[in-house]
Amino acid sequence: MSLEFAIEVDHIVRTFNNGDFYALNDVSLRVPTGQVFGLLGPNGSGKTTMVRILSTILKPTSGVARVAGFDVVGQSDQVRRRIGLAGQYATVDENLTGFENLRMIGRLNHLSTNESTTRSRELLSNFGLDDAANRLAKTYSGGMRRRLDLAAALVARPPILFLDEPTTGLDPQSRQDLWAIIEGLVESGTTVLLTTQYLDEADRLAQQLVVLDHGKVIAEGTSAQLKSQLGATVLVLTLPTTSDAVRTAELVADLSEQPVRIEGLIIELNVDGGPANAAEALRRVDAQGISVTGLSLREPSLDDVFLTLTGHKVSDDAAPDANQRSARTAHS
Amino acid sequence: MSVDTTSAWSPRWAINDTVTIARRNLLAIIRIPTALVFAIIQPIMFVVLFRYVFGGAIKVATSGYVNYLIPGILVQTTIFGAVGTAIGLAEDLQRGLIERFRALPMARMAVLGGRTLADVVRNVLVIIVITIVGFAVGFRPTGSVVSYVGAALLMLLFAYCLSWGFAFIGLVAPNSEAAQAITFPLIFPITFASSIFVPIDSMPSWLRGFATYQPVSQVTNAVRGLMNGVPHGASTWISLAWSLGAIVMLAPLAVRRYRQVA
Ligand SMILES: Nc1ncnc2c1ncn2[C@@H]1O[C@H](COP(=O)(O)OP(=O)(O)O)[C@@H](O)[C@H]1O
Ligand SMILES: [Mg+2]
Repeated sequence: MSLEFAIEVDHIVRTFNNGDFYALNDVSLRVPTGQVFGLLGPNGSGKTTMVRILSTILKPTSGVARVAGFDVVGQSDQVRRRIGLAGQYATVDENLTGFENLRMIGRLNHLSTNESTTRSRELLSNFGLDDAANRLAKTYSGGMRRRLDLAAALVARPPILFLDEPTTGLDPQSRQDLWAIIEGLVESGTTVLLTTQYLDEADRLAQQLVVLDHGKVIAEGTSAQLKSQLGATVLVLTLPTTSDAVRTAELVADLSEQPVRIEGLIIELNVDGGPANAAEALRRVDAQGISVTGLSLREPSLDDVFLTLTGHKVSDDAAPDANQRSARTAHS
Repeated sequence: MSVDTTSAWSPRWAINDTVTIARRNLLAIIRIPTALVFAIIQPIMFVVLFRYVFGGAIKVATSGYVNYLIPGILVQTTIFGAVGTAIGLAEDLQRGLIERFRALPMARMAVLGGRTLADVVRNVLVIIVITIVGFAVGFRPTGSVVSYVGAALLMLLFAYCLSWGFAFIGLVAPNSEAAQAITFPLIFPITFASSIFVPIDSMPSWLRGFATYQPVSQVTNAVRGLMNGVPHGASTWISLAWSLGAIVMLAPLAVRRYRQVA
């Protein structure tokens, strides 16, 4: 049995605070079987809420979601037998050892005692937790907890895996390690729904992406489609005076489809055409005798994506206060 | 759609899951030093304190204070143990573990069932340890072994029924500290204003009414009577009635709350 879509979400709405606040507002998406699917969005955009609905923890207010062909509300038991979940905050039992944690999850997935034991040892060794297997999980570092949490999600070999911000808070090396693990899983046929706040992570891992903002899908497509839409690299120039900045912005405006952004002495330009465009921009500035005081290139961040898609920056908007958001959602 | 033979609701899996969760909770008792102190060391300190420090001043009618004291300490300890249910559940909720369990194909009620089962197992151990400690300090119950076991079963049952109420508190409390803060003020009056440590006729008259009729005194009288071979029939039946009443009232409350939060 092989479904075209491992996950199908149709018009899911989820409200909180007695219907005043929309955490998810009519979201639909299709996750093809055997891929990594990225759910990209800033804090509070509804990623975790979506993962909780798909993993049967939370009921949607309205709409339908199917996982492995089963309804997450009406057939939650069938769904649970086919998913693994590593939540946003590694939830391991601190008073058990790494091994005991995995074996418990194995038993609760109704594997036999032997199978649970074998599988736990195998995962501990795959995830470099051999040495820590018999230490209490409360002594684990952040990276080790994450790996243990992910291992727990894999004990029952689920065909569908939910990873909610799996690398948030990890050091660069642990992050790379986790990416490699996820890539390995997909190679062996697992479908992964991954949420992230990082564009580079989504770009590296996900074939297809949905961008969420305030509980709504604001963009979707393959990572290549989104990137060409959003501009690849950003050229950042610092000029000696604000008038130089304005002049420079005019000089290079035609090099990008996206508008040049000016903030005081700094201008930012999407160099969609690659390095050649960056060189051309510098030539023009130089020809006018303007001396650049600072120069850098950077990969587009989620901020750039949001600026392009919504015209506002993530940071302007990431109000921690749910009421503020609900007000905005109500009239948007 | 494939036919599934491993429904999470089959009795076999419900038992498997309950035992798995119970085992996890028992391991936690060993792993958390404060929980271990709470479960074992504290009652031993009470035994020593009341046997050697306060005991001389307490006059009882029966065969010496130590035979009066140990059954009381046993009842007190099994009831205090239920506090762990409240704290443990509040902690599991807070840490997101219950949410993780929710996404597993396990019997949902195993979280509460396993927690309360673990309490029973812990209480069995505590009863054995305190009985041994009691013997070491001169406890010589005059009842038969059968009625001693009957007494143990009676207090296990009462504590089990009570722990559903504490489960409810654990699920209502915003965090484990709050769970602790709610349970202690409930547990102190019912254990100290009771016949656990001192005869009720030594209390001031305004307290006597409450102390006589509240369930902990009834259970204590029944347990003490059975252990010392002077069974007090009425208090045994009254204890059973309280236990039944408690579980009928409290278990649905806890289960309903669990469905709301998980
Ligand atoms: N249980 C809840 N009660 C009230 N508001 C909630 C609850 N869960 C999530 N929210 C709100 O829903 C919004 C989306 O949250 P979440 O899905 O966690 O976002 P993300 O994972 O993208 O950061 C946030 O504004 C959050 O405050
Ligand atoms: Mg989140």
